[in-house]
Amino acid sequence: MALRRIRTVLLAGATVASMTAIGISASTGAAGGAAGPDWAMVTHLTTKGSTSMTALVKAAKKEGKLNVVALPNNWANYGNIIKGFERKYGIKINSENPEGSSAEEIQAITSDKGRSSDPDVIDVGTSYAVTAQSEHLLAPYKVLTWSEIPAGLKQSGGYWFDDYGGYVAIGCDTKTVTACPTSFKDMLTETGAEGYKIGLNNSPLTSNSALAAVQAAAIANGGSLSNVAPGVSFFATVNKNGAFVNTIADSATALAGTTNVILWWDYLQANGGINVPGWTVTIPTDALLGEYYSQGINSGAPDPAAARLWEEYLYSVTGQNLWLAGGARPAELAYMQAHGTANKGLVAKLPAIPSSETPQFPSTAQITAAAATVESTWASEVGAS
Amino acid sequence: MATLSGAGSIFEVAEAENEAVPSYSTGSPRRRRRIRWWRLVVLLLAGAYFLIPIYAGIKFSLQNVEGHFSFQAYRALPSAPGFTGALTLSLELAVATMVVSTLLMVPTAIYVHIRLPQLRRVLDVVTVMPIVIPPIVLIVGVLGAFPEWARASPYLLSFMYVILAMPFVYRSLDAGLGAIDLKTLTEASRSLGGNWIKTLWRVILPNIRPALLSATVLTLALVFGEYTMASLDLWTTIPVWIVQFSISSDGPVQVAASMLGLVGTWILLIAVVSLDRSQSRRSHRKLGA
Amino acid sequence: MSSSEVAASDASTSVLGSGAATLNNNSRLRRVLRRSEPTFAIAPFLIYAFLGLGIPSLAVVYQAFHAQTGGWTLYNIRLVTHGVFLVGFENSIKLGLISSIVPGILGVFLAYAIQTSHSNVLRRLTSTASGVLANFGGINLTFMFIATLGSTGILTYWLHDIGINLANFGFNLFTFSGVLFVYMYFQLPLMVLVITPALGGLRPSWREAAENMGASSWSYWRHVGIPVLMPSILGGMLLLFGSAFAAYATAESLTLGLVALSPIQIGNFLNGNVIAGETHVGYAIAFGMLIILTVTMVLYSLVRKRASKWLR
Repeated sequence: MALRRIRTVLLAGATVASMTAIGISASTGAAGGAAGPDWAMVTHLTTKGSTSMTALVKAAKKEGKLNVVALPNNWANYGNIIKGFERKYGIKINSENPEGSSAEEIQAITSDKGRSSDPDVIDVGTSYAVTAQSEHLLAPYKVLTWSEIPAGLKQSGGYWFDDYGGYVAIGCDTKTVTACPTSFKDMLTETGAEGYKIGLNNSPLTSNSALAAVQAAAIANGGSLSNVAPGVSFFATVNKNGAFVNTIADSATALAGTTNVILWWDYLQANGGINVPGWTVTIPTDALLGEYYSQGINSGAPDPAAARLWEEYLYSVTGQNLWLAGGARPAELAYMQAHGTANKGLVAKLPAIPSSETPQFPSTAQITAAAATVESTWASEVGAS
Repeated sequence: MATLSGAGSIFEVAEAENEAVPSYSTGSPRRRRRIRWWRLVVLLLAGAYFLIPIYAGIKFSLQNVEGHFSFQAYRALPSAPGFTGALTLSLELAVATMVVSTLLMVPTAIYVHIRLPQLRRVLDVVTVMPIVIPPIVLIVGVLGAFPEWARASPYLLSFMYVILAMPFVYRSLDAGLGAIDLKTLTEASRSLGGNWIKTLWRVILPNIRPALLSATVLTLALVFGEYTMASLDLWTTIPVWIVQFSISSDGPVQVAASMLGLVGTWILLIAVVSLDRSQSRRSHRKLGA
Repeated sequence: MSSSEVAASDASTSVLGSGAATLNNNSRLRRVLRRSEPTFAIAPFLIYAFLGLGIPSLAVVYQAFHAQTGGWTLYNIRLVTHGVFLVGFENSIKLGLISSIVPGILGVFLAYAIQTSHSNVLRRLTSTASGVLANFGGINLTFMFIATLGSTGILTYWLHDIGINLANFGFNLFTFSGVLFVYMYFQLPLMVLVITPALGGLRPSWREAAENMGASSWSYWRHVGIPVLMPSILGGMLLLFGSAFAAYATAESLTLGLVALSPIQIGNFLNGNVIAGETHVGYAIAFGMLIILTVTMVLYSLVRKRASKWLR
């Protein structure tokens, strides 16, 4: 009898205890809501209150870290951007897989889900940002300087927004090449082993910039952003002339003399990107093709406050000028130049844009179509020689 | 593979790796000279093919960007960011792979040899699978199918490396077990009162030591050379670090890193092999052989 | 482990004779355990193999037959059996075949040359080097060859000095034949690794016996040596085929897409910077590779069975 009573008391006590626990946790959740917003749901900052910049900084510092992926140190000055952010806010940045591709960044979001090392933010080719958005991997967010980003360089809902860009440029080793090519047409003149040795940074099916180079070649040879076939023919001719070196062109091959002309983004070749003394970077006079990369915030980011703070940093005057220092053209450059906040010295160092050409920026659809054409004709046309 | 039982004493097997394959015993001096010539030509050609590119790489890495001779590339490496982390990760993965591989394959191979030779067919087929399925296909499938908690750990790579190493490990063990008279040995040991654990530890393992050693060495080389799966699984092992770190530096540093990786792994393997050689020699002296 | 206990009792029974101690009580249990013993014993291995090989393969097959928007489809399969993808399969098979036969045969010679040398040091150095080199590749290997045989390579210059211009011979590192040449760097060591233990199985007593019966060196090889080695040679070639067929990083840095190859195409879809959102085509190509390799394996086992028939 006594035993049964004890059992009943214990059961009752356990029930009360668990209900209290549930109640407490529920209220803590609500209290947590009252103590601070769910930063993963914040879509823009307010001037004051719980979603102000001050609150964001505090929350980000509490999270204590930021996970980034595929950001090489010497790519558009990311090394200094990362250091600057760490120093300013005391938040540690974990930079994973610096040499990763855009596809790897997207894949990292899904395969790292649950890892505390899941990337918080991504910087990818725009077509990848579009895909990521359609797969519901991104959270919408508009930075404080949202209006300074040109309309064509952002997704209207804030799911992705362009960060920096550059133009397809011709890099050249002035120490070994007597007359550096200044246009695609120039590259067709030299023939034979003693002339130009033109390289791409990778296959146009693997690398955004190589595909852009083929598109630029198309523009220079009578094609357009929607017609990349003349570009493929251009490279076929160059290869037949013996002037094309189809290996991965980088600092090592440039230094070894294997590739004395490289087609790559201007900001990646300049400022020691190709570390060869006497390396010049010029934008071709017969094609001005540019592309921007895009930022996005992981909808399942482990550090949502830090992620948003990072974006605010990148789109502040400091951040944009740091990209400028890397030879890249930041998205807000036009606004900053108009308002005098762009570092004039850095702007002057950018490779000159030939005035004869209008800049062309391929859309995602055009890139996809070009990729499809190149996929089916690259090996057969260019490889045939 | 032809099994050879009772040919020599079990202690000879341990030295088998060190023995030359006699190409002739009573050949005429003329034939011996011809064979010596031919062997020299083959070794010289092979040596040239393998060593000249290494020389070219080292020569390029001993430069600065001005093109003058300099050690600057190698001086930059020790302070390279992420190197120690990558090395630690690779070593941990290597040890884990070797341990799991041994624990998994040795009992299986022994069991099949003693009890059920007809299962050998099954084992042959399964251990050939890692050759059939390309690593890039494997890792892509793994990343698509495995749960989050598995993908969150670097030991998933180790798990897959055991699979990649399976053909080599199994073949090595199979050959080693086939070269000793396993049935007699185990029966002798058991009739002398040893249980299975003692038999395994004291009798079988020492006799397949060369096979185990070569399996271990191959696994080590695999872990320190495997790039595709590690880079797609987004873990910075030494091969991945070499490519990552070097591409973002100047040319000579890039090549210096890869040369160091190549030579470093080689020296590591030689050390492991030499260590065991000296141990086995000591144990043989003890046996009064 | 219960199975080892059962195995232990079995072994002791066989040694001491079946008339010795038997257990009456659990004899039925023991019978059941004994029949399921093989399954228990290699269960860990089979489970591991299923997890590590079976599941990824099934995932690939599943994805290959699914559309990007969900739902079963044959679209991907139809796509990759035509055009540049079909060329990719053809080139990859060609590359695999040539890169398994040539280094395979050369590897046997090289392994034999190493094994018959009297220097222990050479053998130890080469055995460890084979292990390292068999796993070497990628952009590191490519650059080493560029530094050797590229337009400004040291060997190119040496040959220039003695009047040979490689370009005149049409030698280009970045073509199909160039890829074959570079692939040998890891294919040869792989073959040496595989064939060396088999060479150790060639007993000197056989050679002596052959000589005593008046056989020439060539006869010995033709009737004794090669037939004994043949299963291992075939096994090595299968390994080489798989290795060359699946090689990714080296091929990519050497050809830059000019030679259509399946692994690179998979990489472009699943891991590149250009083609977003078409991963299922990549899986379909992977599925194709699985089929090709399975067929190869079946052929290999048939040939090997024929080759080792006389050994039984």
